[in-house]
Amino acid sequence: MNLFVKNIIRFSLFILVQVFVLDNIHLHQMVTPYVYFLFIIWLPFRMGRTQQMLLAFALGFAMDSFRHHPGFHTAACVLIAYIRPFLINLLIPQEGADSNYEEPSFKSLGGILPYLVFIGVLTFIHHGWLFLLEAWQFGNIWYFLVKTMLTTLLSLFLIIIAEMLFTRQQKFKTNTV
Amino acid sequence: MRNIFLFLRRYSNLILFLLLQGFSIYLIVHYSRYHNAVFSKTSNQVTGKINQQYNRITSYFRLKKTNDSLVAANEKLYNTLKADFNFPDTTSKFIIDSLKVDSLEKFRKYRYYPAKVVYNSVASQNNFIVLGRGASQNIKQGMGVIDPNSGVVGVVTEVSAGYAVVMSLLHKDSHLSGKLLKGGETGTLNWDGKTPNIISLTGIPKGTKVAKGDTIISSGFSTSIPKGMMMGMIDEVKSDKSTNNHLIKFKTAANFYNIEFVYVIENLQSEEIKAILEKEKQKTQ
Repeated sequence: MNLFVKNIIRFSLFILVQVFVLDNIHLHQMVTPYVYFLFIIWLPFRMGRTQQMLLAFALGFAMDSFRHHPGFHTAACVLIAYIRPFLINLLIPQEGADSNYEEPSFKSLGGILPYLVFIGVLTFIHHGWLFLLEAWQFGNIWYFLVKTMLTTLLSLFLIIIAEMLFTRQQKFKTNTV
Repeated sequence: MRNIFLFLRRYSNLILFLLLQGFSIYLIVHYSRYHNAVFSKTSNQVTGKINQQYNRITSYFRLKKTNDSLVAANEKLYNTLKADFNFPDTTSKFIIDSLKVDSLEKFRKYRYYPAKVVYNSVASQNNFIVLGRGASQNIKQGMGVIDPNSGVVGVVTEVSAGYAVVMSLLHKDSHLSGKLLKGGETGTLNWDGKTPNIISLTGIPKGTKVAKGDTIISSGFSTSIPKGMMMGMIDEVKSDKSTNNHLIKFKTAANFYNIEFVYVIENLQSEEIKAILEKEKQKTQ
């Protein structure tokens, strides 16, 4: 499928699933999992950093317009889109691996552990920044820490399940380096 | 000059990042001033449409609960009908002055419009409810919203052509005034952003008698919500050591988890009240 069409479908699907399914989960009236930013995590390696940040901005803005208080998700999404390329550079196994595969996955990052670190760090940063912005107006540090930790764990769990259910076919492209 | 361009080119990503972050934080901080902008109206119209489609499906699953609450509301109304009361004293006649009740519109103070909830949130720290009724169906900014059993829900903050956004009691900027039914003392409502359905009432001095289970009603001081609407029942009373006030937590009368239908209240005399206040303000300046 065309890259452009594929990403448009992903964008709208993630937003709809987040708003109408996951937002209805409130464990202990505190933990609501967020999975929609998987859209940013799954963006292709080759996409420019400016484009990534603008797409993340659009994603966060779409999410915020369902919440009627713009800014929170936009800020968190832009932050992880900015950090993502640095993380990929740190974790990618050898020179040129990012041009052999199209987008980050268990396979392209060379194993389960690097990929887990990749999504774990990004999820934690996204949730931490999101709740920090919300907590500014309340200021209870323990509540904030516990909420961030628990939500990160639940979101990661759901992301791993999503990865296993929807295996993305990744072709190994030879002679591209 | 050349160096400036080189600098801009080198750090273009960082600059874009900072710009986007700054813009989002600007949106968060300046939301109340921003929310009248044209953009917000169109985006409300779009998200409202999507929410309504979704609500069409899910409302079927809650039909039973909706029915029960409407039956309860009906029962309450039947019991207040004048015709159901007996007046055994034959020397005095019971006359309803129909002139003041409804034939002259200017005596009417409040008018109720039914509205359907198309989107509702309880989990975030600033919660909103979206109604499937908007400016073209007589909804205006600042109108009060109650549930079928006259429990206070919130105040309309944004209106588009077909939809309205209600800031519910579960919002950090929502500070309506509440009143103890027993003593009549008035305080301000605050939500701590954690447990839905539990709100605190501040500003009640320690001298007043407050007990668990007491009722809190709306004070009627604001133009949006009439006096005597149920706000909730007191759940916990503590004395605040730093001030001279009670720390009161109460359970809301409206259950924010399963709101289906609400009534939006129009205050037909609000313009008049606002005009007087405006005059008074100009005088003091």
